[in-house]
Amino acid sequence: MVAALVAQLCAVATAFAVDFPSLSGRVVDRADIIGAATRTAIEQKLADLENKSGIQLVVATVTSLQGQEIEPYANELYRKWQLGEKTKNNGVLLLVAPSEHRVRIEIGYGLEGILTDALSKVIIANAITPRFRAGDFSEGISRGVDDIITVLTTDSSEWQQRPSLRLDYRQPTDPTNWILLVALVVFAGLFIVSPGFRWLVLNVVLNVLATSTSSGRGGFSGGGFSGGGGFSGGGGSSGGGGASGSW
Amino acid sequence: MVVSMAVVRGVLVATLLGLMVAGCGYNTIPTYEEQAKAKWADVQNNYQRRADLIPNLVATVQGYAKQERDVLTAVVEARAKATSVKVDASQLIDPEKLKQFQDAQSQLTGALGRLIAVSENYPDLKSNQNFLALQSQLEGTENRIAVARRDYIEAVRTYNTELKTFPGILWAATVFRSNKPMAEFTASEDVAKPPTVKF
Repeated sequence: MVAALVAQLCAVATAFAVDFPSLSGRVVDRADIIGAATRTAIEQKLADLENKSGIQLVVATVTSLQGQEIEPYANELYRKWQLGEKTKNNGVLLLVAPSEHRVRIEIGYGLEGILTDALSKVIIANAITPRFRAGDFSEGISRGVDDIITVLTTDSSEWQQRPSLRLDYRQPTDPTNWILLVALVVFAGLFIVSPGFRWLVLNVVLNVLATSTSSGRGGFSGGGFSGGGGFSGGGGSSGGGGASGSW
Repeated sequence: MVVSMAVVRGVLVATLLGLMVAGCGYNTIPTYEEQAKAKWADVQNNYQRRADLIPNLVATVQGYAKQERDVLTAVVEARAKATSVKVDASQLIDPEKLKQFQDAQSQLTGALGRLIAVSENYPDLKSNQNFLALQSQLEGTENRIAVARRDYIEAVRTYNTELKTFPGILWAATVFRSNKPMAEFTASEDVAKPPTVKF
C-alpha cells in the first residue's frame, strides 16, 4: 500500500514537473504577443474551422518552456489539452515560445497524413519565422494559422480514413466475462435476501475504495480540464507529428 | 438442516468474495501488458519508418556528395544492422535483447547525424527541395521515436508497478505467475536524440 502510494506520488511528480498553462480558449496567449484585433480574427477562423471540419486548432504562446525542448513540451501540452475528437485525434497545436525563439506545429495522430512533417516545416519556414524575425508576432501567427487551415481544408477525404489505419485505435476488446456475469446475478440475489451479506458488501466496497485510490496509473492526465469560454479538448492525442523551427 | 444451510451460505459468500475481487483487479495485469506491447509496436513502427526514409536520403545526398563515401556507407550499414534486429513483443522481458535493439538503433542515429552534418558543406544539396523535405521528415520521425519511447517506458513502468504492488501482486503471485516484468530502455534518451538540423 505504502509502496504503491509512493510510486504513484513519484509518477505524478514526474508527469507534472512542468507547469502547463490551462486551455482558456482557442488562443492561449500567455506570452502576450498577439494583438487584440488579430486575436479576435484568429479565434473566429479557428471556430469556423472546427464547425466545418471538427478539427481543433489551438494557438498557444508561453513565456517559458521551463528548460525543456519545445518538442516534448508541445507534445505534453497537446496531450494535456487533448485537442481533437477522441476517435479522430484531429487536432493541431501551434506553439510559440518567444523567449526561447522556438516555434512548433504539433499534429494529432489523425492529421499526420494531411499536415505532414514536411508541410509543417514549409509553413514554419515560409509563413512564420520570417515575420517573427522581423518582430511581427501577430502577423506571423496569423499567416501560419491561415496556411495550416488551407492545408487542412484542401482535402478532407483522406484524413477521415486515417485513424483506422493506426495501431492505437484497435482498442483491446475483452471477451464477455461470463464468470463475472453469473457472479453478479448471484450477488444481487444474496444482497436482497441476506442482511448479513449486505453488511459484508459494504465493508468490502469501502475497502476497495480505499485501495483503488492508491493504485491509480501514472501517465498523462485524463481530462482534468475546466476552462472558461465553453471550449475544451475533445480527447485527442498526438504522437509527436509536426515540425519545429527557430528564428 | 440449519447447520448445512449456514455452511452452504458460507461457501457461497467465500466464492462470491473471490469473484468480486476478480472483477476488481483480475483484468488489470493483462490490460497493462497489452498496452505496453502496443506501445512497443509503436516504437518499432517509428524506427521502421526512419529506416524507410534512409534509402531515399542516401540517394539524394549521393547525387551531390559522392566523395563522402565513408559516411554514406556507414549509414547504409548501420541501417542494415538496425533493421535486422527485431524485438518480438514476447521478448520484451529480456533486457539483453532490448539492449541489442537499442544499440543498433543508436548506431544508426549516430551515422545519420554525421550524414546530416556532412551535408552542411554542400550548398547545392542544402537547397535541394527533396533533401529539405527528407530532412524534415527525418526530424519528425526522430521526434515520433522519442514520443513512442517515452510512452513505452511509461506503459512498462505502469505494468511493472502493477506486478509489484497491491493488489496486482496477489494476481502476479497466483494466476499470472508466468508474467514477468518488462525491460525498459537502458541507455539515456540523449543517445537517441535527433540530430539537430539548422536551416
